[in-house]
Amino acid sequence: MARIEFKQVRHAYPPPPGQPPVYALKEVDQVWEDGGAYALLGPSGCGKTTLLNTISGLLTPSEGTILFDDVEVTRLPTVQRQIAQVFQFPVVYDTMTVYDNLAFPLRNRGIAEDRVRARVEEIAAMLDLTDRLRQRAAGLTADGKQKISLGRGLVREDVNAILFDEPLTVIDPHLKWQLRSKLKELHQQIGVTMIYVTHDQVEALTFADRVVVMYDGAVVQVGTPVELFSQPNHTFVGYFIGSPGMNVLPCELDHGRPVFHGLPVDTRHPASGDLGGKLEIGVRPEFVHFADRGIPVQIEKVEDLGRYQVVTALHGSDTIKMVVGEDERVPSENPQIAFDPEYTRIYHDDWVVGGQAS
Amino acid sequence: MNKTSNPKAWWFVVPVLALVAFNAFIPLMTVVNYAFQETFGDNVFFWEGTTWFEQVLRSDRFHAALGRQLLFTGMILAIELPLGIAVALSMPRKGPWVSVCLVLMALPLLIPWNVVGAMWNIFALPDIGLLGHMLNSMGFDYNFTRQPVSAWMTTVVMDVWHWTSLIVLLCYAGLSSIPDAYYQAAHIDGASRWAVFRYIQLPKMKRVLTIAILLRFMDSFMIYTEPFVLTGGGPGNTTTFLSIDLVKIALGQFDLGPAAAMSLIYFLVVLLICWAFYTLMMRGEEQ
Repeated sequence: MARIEFKQVRHAYPPPPGQPPVYALKEVDQVWEDGGAYALLGPSGCGKTTLLNTISGLLTPSEGTILFDDVEVTRLPTVQRQIAQVFQFPVVYDTMTVYDNLAFPLRNRGIAEDRVRARVEEIAAMLDLTDRLRQRAAGLTADGKQKISLGRGLVREDVNAILFDEPLTVIDPHLKWQLRSKLKELHQQIGVTMIYVTHDQVEALTFADRVVVMYDGAVVQVGTPVELFSQPNHTFVGYFIGSPGMNVLPCELDHGRPVFHGLPVDTRHPASGDLGGKLEIGVRPEFVHFADRGIPVQIEKVEDLGRYQVVTALHGSDTIKMVVGEDERVPSENPQIAFDPEYTRIYHDDWVVGGQAS
Repeated sequence: MNKTSNPKAWWFVVPVLALVAFNAFIPLMTVVNYAFQETFGDNVFFWEGTTWFEQVLRSDRFHAALGRQLLFTGMILAIELPLGIAVALSMPRKGPWVSVCLVLMALPLLIPWNVVGAMWNIFALPDIGLLGHMLNSMGFDYNFTRQPVSAWMTTVVMDVWHWTSLIVLLCYAGLSSIPDAYYQAAHIDGASRWAVFRYIQLPKMKRVLTIAILLRFMDSFMIYTEPFVLTGGGPGNTTTFLSIDLVKIALGQFDLGPAAAMSLIYFLVVLLICWAFYTLMMRGEEQ
């Protein structure tokens, strides 16, 4: 058990000869509190796996320091870090039985055989593998093999953290949901730090207490699912989390107040002055509604999704999505819309202006 | 579903049948023909039944050659397999040295067999050969043309030099196909270097190793050119392996009957051992 701290960690993979290095991790300062359930969320190629591998020691970062409980481990090999990690694709030791696979991490650490048996049986019961323990691991389906991989991650008791690198990719949807609940349940039972990498926001939001959103090699926001939804710090967070994603519209500033194509927009979060660079308004579709006086739009499309409707509106060439209740009537003549001032924010070069949420 | 019958399709099969007939079946049948009959030339044959087979199977000469052959094949497999695996394991996985290593490894395989024999013959000559002269000046009494032990050592070392590369290349291919995730998982699981080899690398190399063993078994069991050029089967008969003995009987003594019978026995032994080995290896696979 340990608190894991990243101080200015950067990493670049060796570049092709004659080219400058490209940083897969641009600079990460991040604290993973002991016992937290974290999700590391971001698109493919944003550096999630690189970050994870630097925690487990499979990768030594090119710059920066990693501390476990204030002890530096940056250059410590994997074996000495007491980290369990589960990979995206199943890894099983083909020639061993399921039992021996699960026992492998424990036996390598010289744990007594009766303790090994107790742990393996406990984990097998949790993953519904009990009746397959004597079978050879090679004969299992992809689902079964990934369960073994998960089991090998969970079987050790003395770990500082368990890292999951998109572990449920190969698992069918029903079982996926079930296993994720199991992991969550297990987290509550044993209270070990878990970091769960995914590019699926539903997975992240259902698993984690705190979600770390990564974009292009950097952490853009850390927060609870609610915070990420209501106060996105970065346009990427707004766009990536939520379905449909946040509306990001070009704007200008008039004494710190946003103006959208000549129309003033009301917000509780004005800028302190006028700014140069790229300026945008961000507002989630959930906080856009029809109004008597507001921004005139044309309705392009209405999608009925059962409990709500998604309306695609156009103002000039800008698309604005809105979510309205299933019973709400979409006005047919001269529709006008307004934004909820509490949830309308200004973004300057993609970062939120005025009062960043932590 | 109606099956359409189109006899013209046979024309596509005929060339293959002809080819197989001319390069395998007819020569083999000629051998069978000689194995059961006696001839004094002029295409006059007398039926002999299984006489030649009995004669070969009872002859001490055949037993001795078979024994030498088994010993030789056993020895080279026992050296080449572990050595080949060890070299493959220590070769770099990426970087500019990969191609250098691969080319160096492939070089011995490109040299014609008789050239290999001649090379080693000259290399090992006790008076002027680099190896032979060096060994003698270091105080070893080494002369492969006179001492059976020296002849054997030279033959085995030559085969190891010539063919270990094949095992290295096959194993290297097997190793390259192991995804990084396996090594990472092993790190996380705290596996020792030996455990990584035993539980990841060896099982993943099983198929290529099966092929490597089969190829090396067949080739070494039928080895002819290299020892023929190097030692000519000597000194005495000490390095006369099965194929060398067979040629001596067939072409040296012109005993076509016993030679044909011996060919068939030789062929069946190779076939039997390959089949048994392959079946054994694949049985594990199916479970």
